[in-house]
Amino acid sequence: MQNNFLKSNMKKITQDKGFSSFTAALLAIAMGLIFGFVIMLIAKPGSAFQGFGRVLFGGFSRIGDVFYFATPILMTGLSVGFAFKMGLFNIGASGQYTMGMYFALYVGFMWDLPDSIHWIVCVLAGMVGGLLWGIIPGIFKAISNVNEVITCIMFNYIGMYLVDMWIQGNSTMYISTKTRTAYLPTSAQLPSLGVKNSSVNVGIIIAIAIAILLYIILNKTVFGFELKATGFNKDASKYAGMNATRNTILTMAIAGALSGLGGAFAILAPSSIPGSSMTYEPISVIAANGFNGIAVALLGSSHPIGIILSSVFISHIQRGGSLTALYGFKPEIIDIVIAVIIYFSAFSLLMNAALGRFIKRHRVKNEANDFEELAPVGEDDNKEVAPDAADISNDSIITEQVKENDGEEA
Amino acid sequence: MDTLFYIVQNMLPVAIPLLLVALGGMFSERSGVINIGLEGIMLFGAFFGCLTVLFIQDSRINAQIILLIAMVVSALAGLVFSFLLSFAAVNMKADQTITGTAMNMLVPAAILLFSKMNYNSDGITTSVPFYIQKVPVLGDIPILGELFFQKTYITVYIGFLFLIISVILFYKTKIGLRIRACGEHPHAADSVGINVYHMRHLGVGISGVLGGIGGYFYSVGVMDGNINGHTGVAGFGFLALAVMIFGQWKPWNIMFASLFFALLRTVAYSTSLIPVLNTLNIHNTYFKMLPYVATMVVLVFTSKKSRAPKAEGIPYDKSTR
Repeated sequence: MQNNFLKSNMKKITQDKGFSSFTAALLAIAMGLIFGFVIMLIAKPGSAFQGFGRVLFGGFSRIGDVFYFATPILMTGLSVGFAFKMGLFNIGASGQYTMGMYFALYVGFMWDLPDSIHWIVCVLAGMVGGLLWGIIPGIFKAISNVNEVITCIMFNYIGMYLVDMWIQGNSTMYISTKTRTAYLPTSAQLPSLGVKNSSVNVGIIIAIAIAILLYIILNKTVFGFELKATGFNKDASKYAGMNATRNTILTMAIAGALSGLGGAFAILAPSSIPGSSMTYEPISVIAANGFNGIAVALLGSSHPIGIILSSVFISHIQRGGSLTALYGFKPEIIDIVIAVIIYFSAFSLLMNAALGRFIKRHRVKNEANDFEELAPVGEDDNKEVAPDAADISNDSIITEQVKENDGEEA
Repeated sequence: MDTLFYIVQNMLPVAIPLLLVALGGMFSERSGVINIGLEGIMLFGAFFGCLTVLFIQDSRINAQIILLIAMVVSALAGLVFSFLLSFAAVNMKADQTITGTAMNMLVPAAILLFSKMNYNSDGITTSVPFYIQKVPVLGDIPILGELFFQKTYITVYIGFLFLIISVILFYKTKIGLRIRACGEHPHAADSVGINVYHMRHLGVGISGVLGGIGGYFYSVGVMDGNINGHTGVAGFGFLALAVMIFGQWKPWNIMFASLFFALLRTVAYSTSLIPVLNTLNIHNTYFKMLPYVATMVVLVFTSKKSRAPKAEGIPYDKSTR
């Protein structure tokens, strides 16, 4: 029957893992956007529709800026996602980002290098800064088994205070009357890509290249395999002879380096005023881009290519959000949307599975009715059925048996 | 002596928010739910507390009564907000750390949005003087009176009251025992008929109440009754987590830890006023960093025999029993 053919095809697609994380991300995004829209409706019912339209489509009119602001969160997203693959939650991306930024700034201001390599050395310095700050939680975790979340939070603050102190104490970098850092020399700034009305620069290209490199490392190298194996089952990978201590430290070092690069790309970027660069204001606040990286990584389900897409998406709605000011809204609306997206992505995979289960049960029920057999469907609510359960045949009785077995295994 | 008085008088209003929020974190974690969202809960509570004050400050109610009313409101706000965490962590079996992170990000943005759209500012500014120059009678006691009953806030006494209530609830009641059991071995707790889900909801709920109050007390004791979305509670929620770990998830230890951390913070913000430190000429940033460094040191030395609840962070699933 044509109907059956369609069903089996649908089954194949819906049971695919990539598809399931994609729909989970869509679900989380939809929840976030709906929530944002409701808030806009409450805040200003009259212009909510126009404002929301800006959030969704406003970014298209500023493609250059979208990529410009996507660069740092792409890097922090890769950082968080990379650590996720090993089962580590790198909430310290903010601290590593700030450290990377400081190292890049320091080299930018204090080292006198030939024009052609100055910005490259700055970027590398940022990478080293982030790496140093990322390796510390890795060492703590690997050697004395201290939870990396706590270490990361502590080092977010330590790093932020240190950087603020160092910057305020350096008269070359810091202009105390403006309470900001000075503009970097042009040789230290990232080369612009020359897109009109935007300062999108070479950073985004490097970032995307790094994402692809990470994809290769994760999928084509022994290290990547070990990393994922450790993420799936720590004990089994240890039993198989993988060096957990080394891998933990290495993962956190790489994650830190990625965040550090994000910080370097953010601060070395030329700004919209000609000849100037981005500046840093030491006001004892943890860098938000580190936390946005968590959202990016979750939305991209820690897959490097997914992270590229999700960082562009987040940046897109951020740009759209800043355009809602035209209708009297504030850009913070997007921060709310992002927070809601993170909240729902924490359990959207689960919601996705529940939805799939519901559809499956519904389908089985219908088929059972077709065969006029009233099998006891729908009584096993408590049992976890794995989303990619064994192939379900048309016969409802066999289906039930498969379900039972799965339930016991799970 | 004057320096000592100064430090103690300034330290206590700072220690109380830390104490309350860390106690809240303790209730949540001992029930088995990691509460990274304390920062968000604090800010949420503080915001609603200040909002309440803003609405009733023009009536002729006594300042301390206003504070109590705002405290109740902030407790309710914290309770409601913490339900976001317990719903995700208990019912949806979601990742607790990520949920907490989302909560932390949501509140500052929401406050900024609300305040910018309604008051054209970054937060809420209230103008009720909660400061107590001198408590009648008690303030006249020599030394002790000056240490504890002068230039202070009523929040200090309420905070210690909550500490005593928490200790009793935690160690002397059936509920306390059950909460602790759910954090150590939920399956065993379930096998003797304790509803693990209810206990975890309760644990997170208590942390919401204490977190909300702690947040409002932060606004009273540190920010002069104001709150804004930019600086928020300046990482006090995370610092409270550190206090909780430093105190090894036990109420009395948490009290000492919070006093220690508050002392460091007070010193950090008044190095120039303390003659001994002024001559040492240490940058005050080092004092600001010291609580975090101290927590790391404690963590390293206790990690081998950590008192962390065994089941924290693991969603409880009946069918895996």
